[in-house]
Amino acid sequence: MSTHPLLQIDNLSTHYVSARGTRVVRAVDDVSLRIDAGETLGIVGESGSGKSTLALTILRLLPPAARVASGRMLFEGEDLLEKSDAEMRRVRGKRIAMILQDPMASLNPLFSIGDQVAEPIRVHEGVGRAAAWSRARELLKAVRIPSPQTRLLQHPHEMSGGMRQRIVGAIGISCEPRLLIADEPTTSLDLTIQAQYLNLLRELQRAHGLALIFITHNLGIVAKMCDQLAVMYAGRVVESGPVRQIFNAPAHPYTQALLNSIPRMSDNRNRLAAIDGQPPDLVALPPGCAFAPRCPSAFDRCREAPPSQLTFGDQRTVRCWLADAGSDAADSQVRKGAA
Amino acid sequence: MARYILRRLAYSLVSLFLLSLTIFLFVRVTGDPTTLLVEPGASQADIDAIRERFGPDQPIWVQYWSFMASLAQGDFGQSFYYRTPVFELYLSRLPNSLLLALAAMAFSLLIGIPSGILAAVRVGRFWDRAGKVFSLLGLSLPSFWVGLVLILFFSVYLEWLPSSGSGTALHLIMPAFALGWYFAAAHMRLTRSSMLEVLGSEYIKLARLKGLPESLVICKHAFKNALIPVLTLAGINLVIMINVAVVVETVFAWPGIGRLLYEGITFRDFPVVQAVVLLGGIMIVAVNLLIDILYAVIDPRIRLER
Amino acid sequence: MSLQTEAVGLPSRFDIIRIEGFPLLPVLILGGIAFVAIFANVLAPYDPEIGSLAARFRPPAWQVGGSGEHLLGTDHLGRDVLSRLIFGARVSMVVGFTAVIVAGVIGTGLGIVSGFLGGWVDQVIMRITDTWLALPALTFAIFLTAIVGPSEMNIVIILGAVYWTRYARVIRGEVLSLKQREFVRLAIVAGCSSRVIMWRHILPNVLNSAIVLGTLMLGVVIVTEAALSFLGVGVPPPKPAWGLMLADGKKGMMVGYWWLTVLPGVCIMLMVLSANLIGDWLRVKLDPQLRQL
Repeated sequence: MSTHPLLQIDNLSTHYVSARGTRVVRAVDDVSLRIDAGETLGIVGESGSGKSTLALTILRLLPPAARVASGRMLFEGEDLLEKSDAEMRRVRGKRIAMILQDPMASLNPLFSIGDQVAEPIRVHEGVGRAAAWSRARELLKAVRIPSPQTRLLQHPHEMSGGMRQRIVGAIGISCEPRLLIADEPTTSLDLTIQAQYLNLLRELQRAHGLALIFITHNLGIVAKMCDQLAVMYAGRVVESGPVRQIFNAPAHPYTQALLNSIPRMSDNRNRLAAIDGQPPDLVALPPGCAFAPRCPSAFDRCREAPPSQLTFGDQRTVRCWLADAGSDAADSQVRKGAA
Repeated sequence: MARYILRRLAYSLVSLFLLSLTIFLFVRVTGDPTTLLVEPGASQADIDAIRERFGPDQPIWVQYWSFMASLAQGDFGQSFYYRTPVFELYLSRLPNSLLLALAAMAFSLLIGIPSGILAAVRVGRFWDRAGKVFSLLGLSLPSFWVGLVLILFFSVYLEWLPSSGSGTALHLIMPAFALGWYFAAAHMRLTRSSMLEVLGSEYIKLARLKGLPESLVICKHAFKNALIPVLTLAGINLVIMINVAVVVETVFAWPGIGRLLYEGITFRDFPVVQAVVLLGGIMIVAVNLLIDILYAVIDPRIRLER
Repeated sequence: MSLQTEAVGLPSRFDIIRIEGFPLLPVLILGGIAFVAIFANVLAPYDPEIGSLAARFRPPAWQVGGSGEHLLGTDHLGRDVLSRLIFGARVSMVVGFTAVIVAGVIGTGLGIVSGFLGGWVDQVIMRITDTWLALPALTFAIFLTAIVGPSEMNIVIILGAVYWTRYARVIRGEVLSLKQREFVRLAIVAGCSSRVIMWRHILPNVLNSAIVLGTLMLGVVIVTEAALSFLGVGVPPPKPAWGLMLADGKKGMMVGYWWLTVLPGVCIMLMVLSANLIGDWLRVKLDPQLRQL
């Protein structure tokens, strides 16, 4: 494990405040993460868990009602929260890039593909139009789009969904960023194309030495793509660590439930296992652990106070009172899994 | 697409039918057509002739038929005052109204669009609130009063601009301002809301994620997309402007069809009044149809519909 | 033990003022105009229709040549401007409110019938509405006055006939969505006749929208009425209407008698502005759905 992570987030909190200042939603609550160069970090959670807000916070593109309440984000040693707007603009697209979920909505319908792919190159690297467009053509080739020259001149509505998402990917890597954040990039794609796209992302990652933050609710993708995993619930990271280890021995009941709910071929159950209850309403969180109302192993302490983060094992963290009842319980979990 | 166009065409024809029927019925049912369609001071022979042609003695559908028949031939009646076919009169005055409307439209867009964009980009702050005030004033100040005050100021007090008539660009300034005033506020409001919607869209988010400077995001990406609904409305408003310019044209003695209407009511020249209203309605229906067809050609979703 | 003489907990009538954003000034202005209109006979210093030729074109009191006799000056026939403005308020108020109510009743009624009954009734009413909406209101109104001749009663009816279409469209839309609601479906299933359902269930629920529309229409109607008067086809002289005063004033304006133009216009502006502000506020307060209006 390198001592200089590419991105280190410490105790980050992002709050949405209502117009009159009366309601505070803690969309991201005391989140700490790290990712090294070339690594892939998966962030998993239900909708409303805070994953997208986290991504927007990293890029400092929050809507006006949101503010970062505390924490710091060190990217290549510099705190992103301390940067001015102008400095952040130079970071976005150039050093940290992001691809969004819906490629049809992400591309401007009025402009050509070439224009939109060449644009960040021209802005960040000051190259002329011809040079930028030839770079764009190379990028389209890199994301495996056939006849790139023709495609450059076309408009978004003339392409299929899969192709549009590749173009969005091409835009993402156009200025050779160190970190690429992908917010549910395969959710709007057909299953058949998803696998191709994921392979493409992995290839690009290896070719460019990119670190990748992959935000998804799909654990299958996590298993395939990610080295590290962070599980989010109600704005907090409830478990994090190497993917393999978490899958073998999840420490948090929520992670356990998520893993259980994946249907397997070897299953002979009649019903799908779902997690009881509803995702929490962030405006009215219960006083204790946010997962307590739905947790099969919850006990009194869970309902009284929210658990603090515990580090154990090989770079693993968990927020759960079960784990805290002496680190014996956590280690016994790990031992149970390894056995 | 062909089916869509045919449907819209049928629609318009129904509207035109209803329009002519409405006007026809109003004249026949609520007024005595003979007094309206006959010149004051006409001889008994003339009155009898009119009565025979349009008279209440005939069954109503026959009357309607002869009404429509003459319309189809372009015969909208004869002006008592000018003693020429009204249709000719109308066509001769139409270019003036068009000129005035174009000038007023230019003014309303030049003021409305930038202020709308400014209000959207600075939403909630000073320029937005100034925009709201402007919008309110636009709605509440009648255009003819704006015209009168302008004359008072620029013609009577400052003596910079001529107070009436047409002929030079100077004559055009005040009427265009008075006519365009209301529409400037309307266009500002639409630009603002359209811009706000565009600014909240995903591709603007991506443009920001690319690290583009804010000026590029707004001027290149947001602007064009936001402008589409505004320009559509402007097209429709142009025709509306031509038709509602009655009072402004009267205030400034601008020789357009609005003033023609005023002359019609002042001189009790009913054929003129009827024709102006009828032709105005036809114009609006026709332009709406044209715009819908234009949309069909441009918007690929409609084009591909069988 | 003391007797409680006041009911506890009833909201005072003045609580509405504390509702956020209550447009106090516009309400006061509109109320003021209404007050002036009602008590015109008492408030106006002179008869608005009779003038003295010796006192023509007197400027307002604060200008040179003006006097306290005619606070706001006189017009080309020597009539006191202030009195004419006061009585003009009556005309504007009466015509404005009545026309809005007439248009509202017709439009809401037809909108409910059209939306609820559907089928060919709906088609017919909607075609007529669309066609009438295509005709600009002012042109249409002028046309109708040319046919029936101007009088105060006629103007009200004409304005009602021109503007009901604005209501019909919106109300019909509301009715269409109301039709899907539980209580309406229950009433239909329970066998209530259409007439009963429309009267008991639908009408009270669209009343809010109708009222909001009414306040928004008031401004439009008043401007149209002023335009009609200005063109000479509004309320017939010598009855004072603000629009008519503007027309009369044009002659004097060319030689600098500004008060005949500016003052009536200011009155129109105040009335329309207040009506619009109140309408905007009501729209936000009564029904957030109507924000699209």
